[in-house]
Amino acid sequence: MPLPLEEIKKLIKESIPDATIEIKDLMGDSNHYSAIIKSEKFNNISKIEQHKLVYKSLKGKMGNELHALSITTEGK
Amino acid sequence: MDINEKIKKIISENEVCLFMKGTAEAPQCGFSMAVTNVLKHLKVNFKDVNVLEDENLRQGIKDFSDWPTIPQLYVKKEFLGGCDIIKEMFEKGELGEFLKKKNIL
Repeated sequence: MPLPLEEIKKLIKESIPDATIEIKDLMGDSNHYSAIIKSEKFNNISKIEQHKLVYKSLKGKMGNELHALSITTEGK
Repeated sequence: MDINEKIKKIISENEVCLFMKGTAEAPQCGFSMAVTNVLKHLKVNFKDVNVLEDENLRQGIKDFSDWPTIPQLYVKKEFLGGCDIIKEMFEKGELGEFLKKKNIL
């Protein structure tokens, strides 16, 4: 089941309020996204921990309703 | 054998181990293929573990790593990341450096 772009943004923002999010629907099917996410929460933690914060914000949707979201994370 | 024990055994017995959809010769998903290509490009010998052959393993590795997606790369028992992280490390030249440091390359 596809997940709308705005819903993804909202979920990330709820967990990571200071996040700046650039997100693209790669195929126009609400199923394959690519996102660049920047937050102070990512400062001084490993890439794995950064990505885990994003996955956690999506509350189990990643790998289920949300098939493909490639993530690039950066501190700020 | 308990699935966690099985995973521990796999990552102990294989220095570089990719949990993926499909095999190194025939990946079944674009993300698994991307990581396979990076490893082949760096001429890394790796063990391909096809999670599509074992539903327990498919879920088990997600729980074991606390990571919701496949593929997952392990180097000397350390979880290195999924497709995005591996690609980013490769593009920045960090993956080769890391593997050299670990005496893999």
